[in-house]
Amino acid sequence: MTVTNVQKDHEALTMTITAEFNVSPERVWQLWEDPRQLERWWGPPTYPATVTAHDLTPGGSVSYHMTGPDGDQPHGWWRIVNVDAPHRLEFENGLADANGAPNPDVASMIVRVAISELPDGVSRMAVESVFPTLAVMEMFISMGMEEGMKGAMSQIDGLL
Amino acid sequence: MFRALGDATRRDIVVHTLQREYSVSDLARLYPMSFAAVQKHVAVLERARLVTKRRHGREQLVRGNVVAIRQAFGLLEQFEEVWRGRVDRIDQILTQEKEEGARK
Repeated sequence: MTVTNVQKDHEALTMTITAEFNVSPERVWQLWEDPRQLERWWGPPTYPATVTAHDLTPGGSVSYHMTGPDGDQPHGWWRIVNVDAPHRLEFENGLADANGAPNPDVASMIVRVAISELPDGVSRMAVESVFPTLAVMEMFISMGMEEGMKGAMSQIDGLL
Repeated sequence: MFRALGDATRRDIVVHTLQREYSVSDLARLYPMSFAAVQKHVAVLERARLVTKRRHGREQLVRGNVVAIRQAFGLLEQFEEVWRGRVDRIDQILTQEKEEGARK
């Protein structure tokens, strides 16, 4: 199992997912630091991400868009709050218009990444996502995150 | 909303009222507690938008709020799937790289 823990706080609109990989923290860090690698995993195959600007320094920003099956291209941005390579990355993640300008109508979410070294060449990556409102969460999920729809509904049906 | 679900009786009331409408007195018969205590639970659920209440003669009828429950439960679960997908893709990248490294 790669994902070792998922914690969801429905009140605080926060989710933390923890995963372990059989590589060094430096290698995990590259997945965030190298825009070409980031593109390979940020979006699902049906909504691949294209990173057009990428500066992982405090105050720096990342610009990207996803391309959907119908050619729709939602844009997004990160603003880097904190960096401590290869262990910590904190950024705001917001939505943008077609020119990549931040959309002021949709508040940004906060993403905190922590990468630590475990024994035997294993790294642990914990990603905490904090949403300001349910509406913002809905916007992000609808943005090329169609994989979120599967699994979820069946879980709820089981619950009800 | 989720704090309101932290109580077993309240969860049970939600499960019942999602299936059909119950009067508060019907519900009170289901649990070993007073009518007033059940009414209190229903009030908590109503404030959390988990159920809706309407008057019918002298009865208060309670119904689970399917739309609100699906919405609130759905979103974080959907977001979890998003990140599970990302972790899977990261794992594929790293595994593929290991295999290629081993072949060299």
